[in-house]
Amino acid sequence: MDKKLYVSMSPHIHGDDSVAKNMYRVILALVPALLVSVYAFGWPALLVTAISIASCVVFEYLITRYLMKRPNTLTDGSAVLTGLLLAFNLPSNLPWWIIVIGALVAIGMAKMSFGGLGNNIFNPALVGRVFLLISFPQQMTTWPLTRMQIAASGTDALTGATPLGLIKAGQFDQLPSALDMLLGNTGGSLGEVAALALLIGVIYLLVTKTITWHIPVSILVTVFIFAACLHLGNPERFADPLTHLLTGGLMLGACFMATDYVTSPMAKSGQIVYGIGIGVLTVLIRSFGSYPEGVSFAILIMNAVTPIINLYCKPKRFGEPRK
Amino acid sequence: MKTFTIGGIHPPESKLTAGKSIVDLPLPKQAVVLLGQHIGAPAQLVVERGAVVKTGQLLAKAGGFVSANIHSPVSGKIAKIGEAVDASGYPKPAVFIDVTEDDWAEEIVRTEKLERECRLTPEEIVAKIAEAGIVGMGGACFPASVKLTPPPGKKCDLLIINAVECEPYLTADHRLMLEKGPEIVIGIRILMKALGVDRAVIGIEENKPDAIELMRHLTISYPTIEVLPLQMHYPQGGEKQLIEAVSGRQVPSGALPIDVGKVVQNVGTVYAVYEAVQKNKPLIERIVTVTGKSLKHPGNFRVRIGTPIADLIEAAGGLPENAGKIISGGPMMGKALVGMDVPVAKGTSGVLVMDEAESVRKPVFDCIRCGKCIGACPMGLEPYLLSALAERQVWDRLEKEHIMDCIECGCCTFTCPANRPLLDYMRVGKAKVGAIIRSRKK
Amino acid sequence: MNAILIALIVLGGIGLLLAIVLFSAARAFKVEEDPRIGQVQAVLPGANCGGCGFPGCRGFAEACVKSDSLDGLRCPVGGDDVMKQVGIILDMVPAESKPKVAVLRCQGTCERRPRTNRYDSAPSCMIASALYGGETGCSYGCLGLGDCVKVCQFGALSIDPATGMPVVDEERCTSCGACVKACPKGLFELRFKGPKSRRIYVSCRNKDKGPVAKKACETACIGCSKCQKACEFEAITIENNLAYIDFNKCRMCRKCVEECPQGSIVELNFPPRKKKEEAAPATEPKVAEPQAAPVAEPKAAEPQAAPVAEPKAPAAE
Repeated sequence: MDKKLYVSMSPHIHGDDSVAKNMYRVILALVPALLVSVYAFGWPALLVTAISIASCVVFEYLITRYLMKRPNTLTDGSAVLTGLLLAFNLPSNLPWWIIVIGALVAIGMAKMSFGGLGNNIFNPALVGRVFLLISFPQQMTTWPLTRMQIAASGTDALTGATPLGLIKAGQFDQLPSALDMLLGNTGGSLGEVAALALLIGVIYLLVTKTITWHIPVSILVTVFIFAACLHLGNPERFADPLTHLLTGGLMLGACFMATDYVTSPMAKSGQIVYGIGIGVLTVLIRSFGSYPEGVSFAILIMNAVTPIINLYCKPKRFGEPRK
Repeated sequence: MKTFTIGGIHPPESKLTAGKSIVDLPLPKQAVVLLGQHIGAPAQLVVERGAVVKTGQLLAKAGGFVSANIHSPVSGKIAKIGEAVDASGYPKPAVFIDVTEDDWAEEIVRTEKLERECRLTPEEIVAKIAEAGIVGMGGACFPASVKLTPPPGKKCDLLIINAVECEPYLTADHRLMLEKGPEIVIGIRILMKALGVDRAVIGIEENKPDAIELMRHLTISYPTIEVLPLQMHYPQGGEKQLIEAVSGRQVPSGALPIDVGKVVQNVGTVYAVYEAVQKNKPLIERIVTVTGKSLKHPGNFRVRIGTPIADLIEAAGGLPENAGKIISGGPMMGKALVGMDVPVAKGTSGVLVMDEAESVRKPVFDCIRCGKCIGACPMGLEPYLLSALAERQVWDRLEKEHIMDCIECGCCTFTCPANRPLLDYMRVGKAKVGAIIRSRKK
Repeated sequence: MNAILIALIVLGGIGLLLAIVLFSAARAFKVEEDPRIGQVQAVLPGANCGGCGFPGCRGFAEACVKSDSLDGLRCPVGGDDVMKQVGIILDMVPAESKPKVAVLRCQGTCERRPRTNRYDSAPSCMIASALYGGETGCSYGCLGLGDCVKVCQFGALSIDPATGMPVVDEERCTSCGACVKACPKGLFELRFKGPKSRRIYVSCRNKDKGPVAKKACETACIGCSKCQKACEFEAITIENNLAYIDFNKCRMCRKCVEECPQGSIVELNFPPRKKKEEAAPATEPKVAEPQAAPVAEPKAAEPQAAPVAEPKAPAAE
């Protein structure tokens, strides 16, 4: 027989899952929120998103090709996803060069310097965002008003405080209603305005088994319970739990940033511990810290704890002795 | 519908040959009978080169307690005693017999008449099974008589018949049930007598409704034999998973099924037991599914042990032009063969011919730490970690992370979106750690 | 002003307190040890390769200091220079030892050993060896997947793309033995480097019977024992259809190389023979083996199908 057969170890068939499929599903899940934010903030939102995605892609290509000298990994869609998530954390009036710096930090420092996809410890988009927040605090905290807010306010003001900003300042009476926050009648970054659109995306991800419920649910439940305890203790000082759930980047963070495969724990029990940690830290920073938004820092801190969580939180074994 | 609780996957069924009834394959010109077709010590030869043997004659005796007899599947002259490459890819001791006619040993009853009565004692039954060289025909090839002899202090309370056939493509057990149902039921009753149990359960995956109905019908007059349909869920046919699905009990790590009072036997083994006990016929042939998307005439064949795989592929219409891999067994746990000269052994349940396009593995990426392998593992292990530790040869930590629990089912590698060769490294790690553990005991 | 004073006093006080704690701990928990261990360790290469047989350079240093003599103790990486320095520190004489080098005992290149199947599993020799006998008919030969290259800390091994097999860089090889342990086929051996870096060895580990081995690879050893008969120094043993030259007994007369009908025996770094142009064409190309001695370097890329006369020209020095 002249034919040279292939010989390998079993299994000889493979499921049709791939890295790219998972990344593109997440990108698709973010499209409703993108549409809402473009409606809310106009063309600047689209521009910010485009610049962010383009910079991330270009930086990943350049670094992979010239610094790491490896075949490029752009087709797996992770650079596009990082760009999209970074954009969702930015105000729509951010100057283009700041966005490019953010992309460089996100891709170059937080992802490629660790060895590329799969090797990074911290969520790249969040590292980019936090870097920009600390380096350009003024530009990063000037939030344009949404179309709906401008129409409703009747003033000429183009920027204003976000609900979290109001909470930090103690101005609870000026908070928008829960419905407003759900539908996007609030200010904030691109990704903060549309809790409902984000929920649609999350349901899509859950149905396609791209993510599991453990991380988002444990974060949101923890935030709710902890905020409720604080609120019941001192309603003047601490906002109510529903407001906490619907404001800021919590929805985006809990469903899309914390669920990032690379930086979150692998076993389900570990994911719940991780989610609880993020929830507690978020409320702590929001209520007692000096920053209005706590989700980004909470996730980054828990990213650092993930390896220890992986070490101690193991999945349930078959035939494990009952305790 | 019942199934096991941890992990598992749903590969495509691909049961192309489910409707093809069993066809006898013509005898080969030369039979190559391997001497190591079972778990345990290789069998010891009792014949010499040049001897003339009959079909069913003893060729080699069991080499220890955990071993099995090997009988000649054909009649003819022993051409040489040498080595042949088997499914492991290494040359192994084998007997080469030039086939002439089909002269059977006298004691074997060749009629098709159904023999319902068995008057032997349990010990006699087990002895007859041992003499016939019967091993687990689901692929594990564990000597059946050893499984039927529980160690002192351990008692079996349930006999489980594994008719699950969860591997894609394979249909040998399915056809066997449809065509030899009554014999199988008698075989089950013989095994129940041998073990001294009063209950048996036949586990069948729900994608074989005709077999389920037939077995239910055949066991109506035996209320102690239950037919249990099981959810389609790979690896439902794994011993531990089957026991959990049937009885709800998980075999503890490091223990055997008999420790929870269960004995599992493949349905093909049960049929061989019937033939051995009622017809004095040793294990010399089996049903093999020959399948593949590009084969002209895939089917289920009754094949003598020792037939070269080339003969089976010929009978199925010849090797297709675009063939890339030939697999002995199913696609999840089968072994890729180096050539078509490899002979059929007692555990060869199928021959799968894959196209070139399907045969090549996809490019490998770094682990993206998605955790899907953990979700897929039916033993609740962490394949990403075990594979990384095995790659870095950290044997002590590998042992602590329960590598020895791995059943090598392949669910992890099937699921991994980064196409990482998880099972490759885990297998080697398990072999090395196993060797270390065995050397410690000495 | 007050604030500065308070800050100075408080912080200075804390600093002083901590300094006292650290100093006391360092004195109380001090481990007495022979200062020579540190001195010996300082002259060692620091590769921690384990080639000496001890756990790391520290382990070797301890062993040297504790022992009465330096017999049996040698750092293969540092060689004679380092052992002399160790001897000076400890006032002992280092044992004489001939330097060794790693040798790959397989010549089964793509041309000599035809491929019969295509390996598609994980790229590791450990895995391939566990799976099956390899891509060729010889299940003892080199798998070419580079586990040895990965494990060599000194960069002495690299895969030659022309032959698909590893090549030993004699300058860099420290005979630490890592490749010997890493190769699942046991193809590497540490043999004496030899005078002028010359050595002779059987470059084959095939234990199959003659006809089977020959069918699988052109230069396989068939165990014909012609070499054994030719050797006047009883250096060659034949076991399981395979010849082996004991490097302790070999006198480098090269008679076995001429006798071998298969060309399995390699003579490395020898000058070319003047007379044997026509007689043994099978042995000649072996001088041009891609075992990377500095001389042999340019020959490494030459295919073995080169005409017989060619290899002699670059070898002539």
